[in-house]
Amino acid sequence: MLKVVDLACRRGDRRLFSEVSFDLAPGTLLHVRGRNGSGKTTLLRALCGLFTPDAGEIRWQGQDSRRLGEDYHSELLYLGHLNGIKGDLTGIENLHVAAILDGTAADEGQLRSALEQMGLAGYEDLPATVLSQGQKRRVALARLPVSDVPLWILDEPFTALDTDAVDLLQRLISKHLSKNGLVVLTSHQEVPLTSGRVQRLQLGD
Amino acid sequence: MWRVFRCILGRDVRLAMRRRTDLLTPLFFFVIVVSLFPLGVGAEQQTLRILGPGVVWVAALLASLLALERLFAADHEDGTLEQLVLTPQPLSILVLAKVAAHWLLTGLPLVITAPLIALQYHLPEASRITMMLSLLVGTPILSLIGAIGAALTLGLRGGGVLLSLLILPLYIPVLVYGAGAVTVSAIEGADSLPYFSLLGALLLLALIFSPLAAAVALRISLE
Repeated sequence: MLKVVDLACRRGDRRLFSEVSFDLAPGTLLHVRGRNGSGKTTLLRALCGLFTPDAGEIRWQGQDSRRLGEDYHSELLYLGHLNGIKGDLTGIENLHVAAILDGTAADEGQLRSALEQMGLAGYEDLPATVLSQGQKRRVALARLPVSDVPLWILDEPFTALDTDAVDLLQRLISKHLSKNGLVVLTSHQEVPLTSGRVQRLQLGD
Repeated sequence: MWRVFRCILGRDVRLAMRRRTDLLTPLFFFVIVVSLFPLGVGAEQQTLRILGPGVVWVAALLASLLALERLFAADHEDGTLEQLVLTPQPLSILVLAKVAAHWLLTGLPLVITAPLIALQYHLPEASRITMMLSLLVGTPILSLIGAIGAALTLGLRGGGVLLSLLILPLYIPVLVYGAGAVTVSAIEGADSLPYFSLLGALLLLALIFSPLAAAVALRISLE
C-alpha cells in the first residue's frame, strides 16, 4: 500500500540517508531504528509530505503521494515530537479541534470516551498546560482511537509514557494492524504485537 | 470547508480570550502612540488637523505589525502548525481563518477606538467617521499582507525585525489611500470615494492572493 523507492534525504550539506526502499502491505508495522541523528524524524516527515526528499519517490496505493496532495493527507495521521496540542485549551477542546481538522465525524461522546480510554477520565476539562508531560502525550494519542485513517505515522510515540500507557498504545497499534491498517513508527524499544507483521528498517550504520 | 474555517477562527479567538494581555498590547500601543503626537507637537489646532490622518494610520500600521509575529509562531512552537498543514483541508482556508481571527482581535479594536482618539486632533466629525471606515477597509489588508511575511519569517532568528523590513514597504499603498481618504474628507466639497474604491480593490486582491501565498510560504518554512 505504501511503497518507497530509493529515497534520499539531506539536511543542508549533510546526507542523512540514501537508497531507502520498502513496500508495506496492509497490516504491517514498519519499525524505523537508528542512532540519534540518523534521519528517523526526517524520514517520517518526508513520508507525510512535510519534507521534500532529495531523490526517490513515495507511492501511496500506486500513486505519487506528492500528486495526491490533500487526498493523501486525508489517509494519514502524523504524530511528531511535538504533541500538537494547545496549552490554553482543555483536553476535550484540543481533541475536538483535531477531529474537525481530520474530518472525522466523531461526536462529543466519542471524543470523551477516547480520552477516558487513554486514562484521562477526570482530566478532560483541564487546560493542557496543567497536565504532566505523559498526560499531554496521552491527549495527543487520543486522536488514534477516534480516527479512521489507514496510515499512522508516529515519531517516538512511547516517550514520556508510563508502562500502562505503553501497553495501551501497543494494544491500539495491534488493533489498527488487525484492521489492515499501516503503522510507521520510530522507537528505541521493542514493540511486541499481538497481531500484524513487523518490518524493520535500520538507518545509518 | 466552512466548518474548518469556523473551527480555527473559534479556536484562535478562544485562545486569545484566555490570554488577554496579548490581546490588549497592540490596542494600548496604538492609543499611546496616537496620544504622544499632540503632546510633542503642541496644541496648535491647524497643525494637528494636518497631522491627524497620517499619524493615526501609521500608528494603526505599526500596531497591526506588533501582533503579526505571533500569528503562526505560537502554532509552530507547539506543533499544531504541522497538524494544520497535514489536514485534508486546503491550507489557504486555514490561513484565511487565522488571518480573520487576527484581524478581529487586533484590527477591529483599532477601528472602534480610532474615532475617539482622533478627537485629540480636532478633526471634524465627518473626517472621524471617514477615518473609521477607511480603517475598517484598510486594516484587513494589513493583516492579509502581513500573514505572508509572518509565514516567510517563521522560525528565523530575529524574524521580527526582518518581518518589519519585509512588510512595511508593502503597506505603503494602504497607508497612502487610507490616510488620503481622511485628509480629503476634511476638505469642503471633496469626494473621498475614489480612495475607498482603491482600498476596496486592494482588499479584494489581498483576500484572493495572500492566503495562497502564505500557504506556500508556510510549507517552505516548515521544511
